[in-house]
Amino acid sequence: MRREIPLIITFVCGITMIVQFFIPHEPFGSMKSYFQQSYMIIAAFAMILGICNLTKLHVNKIRYKRPHWGYSIVLLAGLAGMTIPGLFVGAIKEGGIFDFLFKNVHVPMQSTMFSLLAFFVASASYRAFRARTLDAALLLVAGFIVMLGRAPIGDAMTSFLPEGGQMSDVANWIMAVPNTAGQRAIMMGAGLGVVATSLRVILGIERSYLGGD
Amino acid sequence: MAPEAKSGIVDRLRNIDRRIIFIFVAASVVIPLMFPLGLPLKSSPPSRALFQEIESLQRGSVVLMAFDYDPATEVELGPMSLAILKHCFRKGHKVVGLALWPQGAGLARATFSEAGSDYNVKYGVDYVNLGFKAGGLVVIDSLGKSFHESFPKDVDGTPLEDLPLMKNINTYADIDFVMSMSAGDPGLPFWIMMAQGRYGKKVGGGCTAVSAPMLYPYYPNQLVGLLGGMKGAAEYELLVGEKGAATKGMDAQSIAHALIVLFVIIGNIFYFVGKRRAKRGGGVI
Amino acid sequence: MSLELFGTWLAALLTLCIFSFLYKDNPFYKFAEHLFVGVSAGYWLCYNYWNMVKPNLIDNLEAHNWEYLLPLILSAFMLMRLIPKVGWLSRWAIAFMIGSGAGLMIITYLQSNFLEQIKSTLVSLDPTGLPWYVVLNSFLIFVGVVSGLVYFFFSKAHTGVTGGVARVGVVFLMVCFGASFGYTVMARISLLIGRMYFLLHDWLGLV
Repeated sequence: MRREIPLIITFVCGITMIVQFFIPHEPFGSMKSYFQQSYMIIAAFAMILGICNLTKLHVNKIRYKRPHWGYSIVLLAGLAGMTIPGLFVGAIKEGGIFDFLFKNVHVPMQSTMFSLLAFFVASASYRAFRARTLDAALLLVAGFIVMLGRAPIGDAMTSFLPEGGQMSDVANWIMAVPNTAGQRAIMMGAGLGVVATSLRVILGIERSYLGGD
Repeated sequence: MAPEAKSGIVDRLRNIDRRIIFIFVAASVVIPLMFPLGLPLKSSPPSRALFQEIESLQRGSVVLMAFDYDPATEVELGPMSLAILKHCFRKGHKVVGLALWPQGAGLARATFSEAGSDYNVKYGVDYVNLGFKAGGLVVIDSLGKSFHESFPKDVDGTPLEDLPLMKNINTYADIDFVMSMSAGDPGLPFWIMMAQGRYGKKVGGGCTAVSAPMLYPYYPNQLVGLLGGMKGAAEYELLVGEKGAATKGMDAQSIAHALIVLFVIIGNIFYFVGKRRAKRGGGVI
Repeated sequence: MSLELFGTWLAALLTLCIFSFLYKDNPFYKFAEHLFVGVSAGYWLCYNYWNMVKPNLIDNLEAHNWEYLLPLILSAFMLMRLIPKVGWLSRWAIAFMIGSGAGLMIITYLQSNFLEQIKSTLVSLDPTGLPWYVVLNSFLIFVGVVSGLVYFFFSKAHTGVTGGVARVGVVFLMVCFGASFGYTVMARISLLIGRMYFLLHDWLGLV
């Protein structure tokens, strides 16, 4: 019961979604639409589950005074500070407290968090990128051309060359030809992988998503 | 100079404190921002193709624009969304905005306000923001049946029936062009798979620089045009004729790229010097 | 101090707290990091409620659309994950999502990422009326795709002709990874430019 019913649900939902593609008429058309609306709602609850789990984790951290539990108070204060004004009717509209916190707390912090990567990518470039083999050298040269060609400096460096042979033109060619070919080969392989995995899931061969017990 | 002293310098430079590298990176961005060089900019074929597509749409056409990004990539996708919106408003197109990322709905709100302030456009008549829906690919597919069923209300809770623009829009058949400003998954690939692959709509858009190489296989057969990263945004600003945040960042982008290339070259020189020395001395590197 | 100015100072202060990590891990960074996670979670919760749960579920149930009882039950099951004793019920909801997603993906991936890609690779080989460089590029793409696929085909040893073709595939893949590296650097630098521009322009007013 704990495993069989989920497997039946997966099979029925999967087969319905496949069949409706070829037979978009009733009852499959309506079933698909119903499944889609339900899917969206459950997906929203999956996110809510994540937030509840995060809250539970940090409440426990505070309760049992685990290392750095003080920061968990900050986290929960941030969560409450956003949620309490945000759950009033019309609260998420422009100009309210929720919007103020989004623009001046959430946006700058998330942007800065990811901008740190610029420093680490530079440090890694200095320390780790080595042309040890011909393949690695090829990767680096392609990377250089794209980096310089996709910024105005590339054309400034090669301005003596005729139009069509400047750095940006070479970078555009790399993107349109060898990059497209390589990415397409990866995409086709991955595409077949998705199809095979999806079939395994629908047929009940792949069950890892059900977890233990 | 004695060989020992020389090797000491090489070793020290090889193992330089990463914070010194960080200072160089920060300087390579800050200095060009404060003292711009004004390096000339050129547009690439995928950017021109997207511009041409929007340019060629008839006045009053309906453009669906998905804000599939969050603040982490706002600096890349925000300026391009703004430039595209301004282009659409200038050409008299109607824009239906939505988001498959929760933060996208909030960012769309600010972008619509900024773009709309320069043009005589009205919310609900010329543009709408339908807000966020969870489900990615499923949401995109569901729009093939009914916008009103999937998005009963807009971002602020106004029923779609009360928005004049949405009265005549219910499926992809009522949309002339689909765009996604995409930071990853769900994003542009899903719109291509569903809106283009299944419903036959023309799809274009923008993406972060990280995901741009992966989207090239779709161009031009499945993807009309593509803006990749901040450079793509700057190219679109150039095509529209409105210099914005992306154009201002291009000098800093140039110098920082040159610095990284220099770092890789210097790192490799030290690597090969060390390797040769190790070979001579019988040591390891 | 106006609210806008207060907001700019708050944003700048939090930006600096996060940048302080570049020196070393410290309490200011940890504070900002935890605040960021909490605020993000709060944002997601509110938008999920107002843009998803309220209009698509609650309003429908209030209008006596009883067909929405099933997604309500499955959503409740999803939340049961939090209670270990009945956590297994969440599998029903997960199974629903996994099954529907898998069914949808089989067709879309096969169509867009496989069949359409074959079509795009082959059609462009038609040389009629096309300039020589377009034909050459199309040929190179064809060679790159085929050799790249051969490289990923591990059921046959990469020796002899297969090895040679796979080697050509590696060359294309290396150039492709190089392009990805270049674009990744570009993306990261862009993000830094954005933050620096905020500090110099919005906060300090220097540019």
